[in-house]
Amino acid sequence: MLRLPEFELLSPTTVSEVTALLAEHGEDALLLAGGTDLLPNMKHELFTPRVVISLGAVEGLRRSRVEPDGTLVIGAMTPLDTLAHDEEVRSRAPALAQAAGLVAGPQLRRMGTLGGNVMLDTRCQWYNQSYFWRSALGFCMKKDGTVCHVVEGGSKCVAAASNDTAPPLMTLGAELVFADANGERRVPIADLWLSDGIYNKRSKGELLVSVRIPPQHAGQRGAYGKLRERGSIDFPLFGIAVRFDVEDETIVDAAAAVVSLQARPLALKKFDAAFRGVPTSGSAFEDALATAADLAYKQCRPMANVPGDEDWRREMAPVYLRRTVRAALDGTGPVHHV
Amino acid sequence: MAARDLHGPNAPWGDGFRVIGKANPKIDGLAKATGRAVYADDIALPGMLHVKFLRSPHPHAKIRGVDTSRALALPGVHAVLTGRDLPIKYGVIPWTPDENALATDKVRFIGDEVAAVAAIDEDTANAAVKLIEADYEPLAHFLDPEEALRTPEPQIHEQTAEERAKRHKGNVSKRVALDFGDTDQGLADADVVVEGDYSFHGTTHTAIEPHCAVADVGADGLLTVWSSTQITHYVHRALARVLELPASRIRVIQPHLGGAFGGKSDPFALEFVVAKLAAITGRPCKCLWTREEVFYAHRGRHPMRMHYTTGAMRDGRLTAVDAKILIDGGSYSSFGLVTTYYSGQLLTGPYDFPAYRYDSTRVFTNKPPCGPKRGHGSVQPRFAFEVQLDQVATKLGIDPIEIRRKNFQGSATKTINGQRITSNGFAQCLDAIETASDWRKKRGKLPAGRGIGCAGSMYISGTNYPVYPNDMPQAGIQLKVDRSGLVMVFTGGNDIGQGSNSLVRDIVAEELGMDPGDVRVTAADTDLCPVDLGAYSSRVTFMVGNATIDAARKLRSQIVGAVAAEWDVDAKRVRMGYGEVFDEADRERRITTQEAFQIAEVRCDTLGSTGSYNTPELGGDYRGGTIGASPAYSFTAHAVEVEVDQETGRIEVLDCWIAHDAGRALNPMLVAGQMEGSAYMGIAEALLEHHFVNRFGLHAGPSLLDYRIPTAVDTPELHALIVESLDPEGPYGAKEAGEGPLHPSIPAIANAVYDATGVWLTDLPFTPGKVLRALRAKRRAGTLDPVAVSEKELR
Repeated sequence: MLRLPEFELLSPTTVSEVTALLAEHGEDALLLAGGTDLLPNMKHELFTPRVVISLGAVEGLRRSRVEPDGTLVIGAMTPLDTLAHDEEVRSRAPALAQAAGLVAGPQLRRMGTLGGNVMLDTRCQWYNQSYFWRSALGFCMKKDGTVCHVVEGGSKCVAAASNDTAPPLMTLGAELVFADANGERRVPIADLWLSDGIYNKRSKGELLVSVRIPPQHAGQRGAYGKLRERGSIDFPLFGIAVRFDVEDETIVDAAAAVVSLQARPLALKKFDAAFRGVPTSGSAFEDALATAADLAYKQCRPMANVPGDEDWRREMAPVYLRRTVRAALDGTGPVHHV
Repeated sequence: MAARDLHGPNAPWGDGFRVIGKANPKIDGLAKATGRAVYADDIALPGMLHVKFLRSPHPHAKIRGVDTSRALALPGVHAVLTGRDLPIKYGVIPWTPDENALATDKVRFIGDEVAAVAAIDEDTANAAVKLIEADYEPLAHFLDPEEALRTPEPQIHEQTAEERAKRHKGNVSKRVALDFGDTDQGLADADVVVEGDYSFHGTTHTAIEPHCAVADVGADGLLTVWSSTQITHYVHRALARVLELPASRIRVIQPHLGGAFGGKSDPFALEFVVAKLAAITGRPCKCLWTREEVFYAHRGRHPMRMHYTTGAMRDGRLTAVDAKILIDGGSYSSFGLVTTYYSGQLLTGPYDFPAYRYDSTRVFTNKPPCGPKRGHGSVQPRFAFEVQLDQVATKLGIDPIEIRRKNFQGSATKTINGQRITSNGFAQCLDAIETASDWRKKRGKLPAGRGIGCAGSMYISGTNYPVYPNDMPQAGIQLKVDRSGLVMVFTGGNDIGQGSNSLVRDIVAEELGMDPGDVRVTAADTDLCPVDLGAYSSRVTFMVGNATIDAARKLRSQIVGAVAAEWDVDAKRVRMGYGEVFDEADRERRITTQEAFQIAEVRCDTLGSTGSYNTPELGGDYRGGTIGASPAYSFTAHAVEVEVDQETGRIEVLDCWIAHDAGRALNPMLVAGQMEGSAYMGIAEALLEHHFVNRFGLHAGPSLLDYRIPTAVDTPELHALIVESLDPEGPYGAKEAGEGPLHPSIPAIANAVYDATGVWLTDLPFTPGKVLRALRAKRRAGTLDPVAVSEKELR
């Protein structure tokens, strides 16, 4: 078995203890939520933190609540499996519940957390490998090396955002609550991402405390579609979340976001324009759907960053868009092959 | 073959089977289910050191030097080995000893073992490995078998002058070209000829237990090695050779094993290394490979590029089959000599081939070495041929099941390449899948995107070719009787999860009329058990089963004879059954088995018996004619129903019906388990798995995340339909069940996809992207014949 590198494990019990430890240890420290991604990455020597701060005993991070205005606040340490089955989440954020229910496999969903999935490291077939493997390759710019093996001669890391929960949170306009020693701040999730596969988030040295999903339209319909080879375990080869706000069977607002293409999750441009004011069925709807599928094909350009046939992944973008849109409107998501 | 080797298919006593034929629980089922079973990695000895390997980061390089001084200086490090410490080459096939436990002069793939460290714990050993400085001179490397075949320099393995003369120009590992009957005439006479290319991509075993070995040298100098091997005997022989020790000073024990599938058949570097390090350090040494290291050790299914030509008459009768096969062997020979033969030898049933020719060439490439995987050597050619047979049927407008019936070779016959066929239940297998799958209502009649297909196959129940030539028994059994009423069975056979220990228990219980709970088994311990050639080539049920019957009947005659003398009756009247020994003429006269054992011990002295099995003379009268010559062949037919998503290209296998002629199912639960497990594995190889080495010579994803074996939700409904042909020479008529049922699963899927979409898939694996491209090509071709192979017009 691969061994974990040596580290010091700290188990604070309050958010302020965590932020104090983060301030104290800076870049030497990493946060441990469910550990389902961090621990394999440490075994691969992608991370060798001197200090690991476990969040398992921190009070309050698993708590969720609905505020009087209808805002749903989900503690960052909420296990994905809990999220997938939570009635409030299923009704207020159906695509998020569906996405959470498709992360990895059952055991990993019981350990893995929403916060961990949002803050997931980007993934690449040239990066998520053992130290020996990467040394035989000569490393890559994301870790220990200087070159890119996805885009030869490329100057920017294109490791892929692979978090299933990111697209639904983007379509829902979620806000992330971060804490550091100076207090809390709120960041709209769309503003979190950077187009840099080495580290794709505008947040460092902070603790993600909770995720806030603002009140949604009463006629919200949502779904998540996930492309992967197996019916379980695998990271997405492509993921798409859609949200429609429907009044009298007419779409009054729409959003879609995708993941597993490049360093950041992407909001699909002009998706809203394609559907706004369109009825939920009939020829106008079919035209809008075709337009949106074309948009997806144009905007979604998978690269050979995660394992899998990138040409097929690109072909699947419009297919999964169509299926996920229909599933959202029919209330039949998620879109998944098993 | 001696008379002792033939026991007939019937129950030992007149009133039918009591134990055999029942779904008896596995002997180790509870221990495994409750976590009590001890695997190699569970062994922890006082003072034990941990061993880690340094591996080559180059696909092909000369080793200029290895400096271990910094590693040795690290506190906690007890010893460091390099190739110089284990210079003797070995190989599981004695004719091709081309492996070193640690590379001596060059490395041949990324992951090749270069040095090893023994240290007080794994972390120290890992840290020491990073301190070893190996100096390499990289060489040109070959990843493509065709390039390796046509390029003479550099040679991946240095050749002797004699080999140079034989091996043509390139990096050839083995070539076999054999010709039976007049193939050219057969093709010329045919009404239809289909010619095409087929390719198999390469897959690996993914046993859930990684390889592990523990070694200890006792105060008396005796070396004991516990290893997760499926062939204790060959490990024993190889250790003696490489360590230059008499085999009598070495004991090899196989603990519980977490799956093998052929991947634990070779002697592996870690076994030699832990043994050598235990000898040097005076401490027990353990090595557990990581999953990544298991992918480098590999020995999985060879990639093959296959060109087949099949001729048939208008009525579907085959006239000739011609095959040319390029086999990508990876960096070492392993079982490659046998693989090369098997790629041609094992295709000549269940159909009658009037003429057959094959030309198979295995080449070396700078990739992890290939070897035997469940259905060794014959799964890939079977895929090519069974798809081509469907293409022939399509050309002729004959139903796929019918064309297979038409060419069925029958039982008690001989194949074109001289293999003796005894029992043959293939026709019943076809009947079984036809009925169970509702074939006639489905074939050609399912809605678009949905289809049903079939395929057939045959496989060996062991062969008469032991990897080292000798005339000693291939399987041996010893029985020891205890006064408590217990019978101990000692078998060299390796229980690798297939249930061989349960099998010998059940046979002894059947023969002695005992409760299986009163029979215990000690297996795969070279000090305690008679030699068995191990768990490979599907030989165990047939050979070990027969040896067990032999031993049990000898013991039985002692006990029955003693009791008959005690009672002063004819021995024919004394019967063992229901845990008792009784007089058949006077049922009131009965004693417990334990009492009978004690009577026999008084009269016969300490009780015990031995049994063994050897194959009869078999095989064709030509060089290589004994390779693939089996005392009995199993036969299989599959039908699979698939749904092809025309938008995503994804193939979903809905149902798989597996009809397998196992001769007699000694334990139908275990036979069905093997059938389902085989089909699962074949479907996985068709749709998901790919042992892919990338452009740098690196395994693309050496982990269970990236090497995708199906999960429970990816597995279709599997229907095991057991066919029992009662083989005249098998134990109670039994034949193999562990490997044969894999073969048809891959071509049956391709043939079902044709029924669903009109597209022939000939290039494995059948990924959704490839399916979509094939569907697009078909749409572009419009009404053109979708058979993408050249062919003669129907005359």
